[in-house]
Amino acid sequence: MIRERYVNLCLLLLLVAVPLWAHFSDEPFTITLMTRVVIYALAAVGLNIALGLGGLVSLGHAIFFGLGGYAMGILAFHAQTYTPISEWPFLLNGTKSMPIIWLVAIVVSAAAGLIVGALSLRTTGVYFIMITLAFAQMFFYFSISWSNYGGEDGLSIYLRNDFPGLNTLDPIQFYSICFALLVVALLFTSLLMHSAFGLALNAARQSVERVETVGLDATRLKLVAFVLSGMLTGLAGALFADLNRFVSPSMFSWQLSGEIMVFVIIGGVGRLFGPVVGAIVFVLLEHWLGGISDYWHVYFGMLLLCIVLFSRGGLIGMICGRKEVNV
Amino acid sequence: MSYALVAEQILNGLQFGVMLFLMSAGLTLIFGVMGLINLAHGSLYMVGAFAAAAVAGLTGSFLLALLAALMAAAIAGALVELIVIRRLYDKDHLDQVLATFALILIFSEGTRWIFGSFPLYLDIPDYLSGPVGLPGGIQYPLYRIALIVVGLLIAIGLGVVISRTRIGIQIRAGENDREMIAALGVDISRLYTLVFAVGAALAGLAGALVGAIQSVQVGMGEPVLILAFVVIVIGGIGSIKGALIGSLLVGLVETLGGIFLPQIFKLVMDASAATSVGSSLSSMAIYILMGGVLIWRPTGLFGAR
Repeated sequence: MIRERYVNLCLLLLLVAVPLWAHFSDEPFTITLMTRVVIYALAAVGLNIALGLGGLVSLGHAIFFGLGGYAMGILAFHAQTYTPISEWPFLLNGTKSMPIIWLVAIVVSAAAGLIVGALSLRTTGVYFIMITLAFAQMFFYFSISWSNYGGEDGLSIYLRNDFPGLNTLDPIQFYSICFALLVVALLFTSLLMHSAFGLALNAARQSVERVETVGLDATRLKLVAFVLSGMLTGLAGALFADLNRFVSPSMFSWQLSGEIMVFVIIGGVGRLFGPVVGAIVFVLLEHWLGGISDYWHVYFGMLLLCIVLFSRGGLIGMICGRKEVNV
Repeated sequence: MSYALVAEQILNGLQFGVMLFLMSAGLTLIFGVMGLINLAHGSLYMVGAFAAAAVAGLTGSFLLALLAALMAAAIAGALVELIVIRRLYDKDHLDQVLATFALILIFSEGTRWIFGSFPLYLDIPDYLSGPVGLPGGIQYPLYRIALIVVGLLIAIGLGVVISRTRIGIQIRAGENDREMIAALGVDISRLYTLVFAVGAALAGLAGALVGAIQSVQVGMGEPVLILAFVVIVIGGIGSIKGALIGSLLVGLVETLGGIFLPQIFKLVMDASAATSVGSSLSSMAIYILMGGVLIWRPTGLFGAR
């Protein structure tokens, strides 16, 4: 456990040092790459709550990523075109303010998490995987056919949204915002892991019967985990949309759900920093292998296959060994 | 709205449903017998379509192309089972999802590598092209009728094999109790490879048959795969009957919803709003259907567990 703590500390230092180095040696592309790492990591930290703590294999987390993205896209679209979102029952205007956009993204994701979760949790195992995947596909097709907001072409936002006191167009300042949110999410997850709720959830993952015998409602525990998980992934989606200044139905695609899951598993399921490691490895591989061959997904797929077949506990597991019990 | 249009749309829905059945039959058997979630099933559909397009391009024979699709998908399926899938039976669903996701990446990019990014086209043979007159004065493409007939024949054949033959008994026994039939002397790993190869062959055949009315391209399998998941959730895992009913339901709802929902909304709102609301809702219709079935019966219409 001590060693995992050191590894985590090194990772945090890396996430601070590399962008700072890039900033002072004037390499904005590296900062953008790191911003992508941090946002992907945030999305995966979200999934890790459902997957790692709750044992819920959700192949539909693109729902939240996309909802966060569209929350940003729709609010900013109305702000940049000076059209109200709705005039009845009360006047609702768009906004370019990041905190408000984040709040909307989180609330919308929570609502979707509640509905999708409540329906999907009626089932377990393989059914759960397929149903979350199917729901994500439903959002995907809905976003394609909803022509008011770009339909298949998506929405472009001309200027990045504002954060009070910062210039968000400066790569390092936008990176700092994303990094700060990732740290908050990691702290939140760590608190959650050690809270009474986290322990109960961990128990519910291992044995539903035992948890219900002591009088806890396992389904409700898992539903809360699913909703919390969706909220974090939704926040990541809003940031991702802001990074690209573009939202499109591809944020709802099933490949994205798969990728978020890959981040969690490469790093190590249920490990606090597993998603961070996964996101770093994925973005680096995409950058390096993508430079070597247009068909880098073939190599990536083989690597992934090897990790699944021959390693236990992901990369953090390979470095730190088995996870301690009760943590 | 004329009678001919309605009939034509119902036939379209049937044709779509029957092709979905070819996909979901393999998936549901693989789930039922091996307890494996196979995301790469859509890749086998794609392999079948590409094999058919390549062979049709070389020989010009549609039947040879279909044969090639069956063989290529079955061989690819058997190889994948022997090399990768076999190691996944004892692992949890998470590892299965990830490993088969990795297989999709390998298959998709590998196919793009070999055939390039541009779609291929597979022509309908002369003896199956052109419209045919149906009772009631409807003109309907002969090829689509052939698809419906082939699909229904395969459904009946599969039903007979599962319920009447020795191998069918072994498959059903495998669904109920894996350890027991292994103990009774059935070579379980050979049975697994066989089931996987047959499922793959059906998916490949579906890919080739559908490839002739759509284009053959990388990534064509995954949307169908996800629809097949919806079918299985509706029908119940492991049930061929459930897969058939589920496929037809999904095929009909998907096809008819796209046509009739906008029309229905036109009764209560103005035309442009009705079109946009109707088409948005129709793209969600099958998922709403799935949600409804789940609330009513969490294990699907014919699911035992």
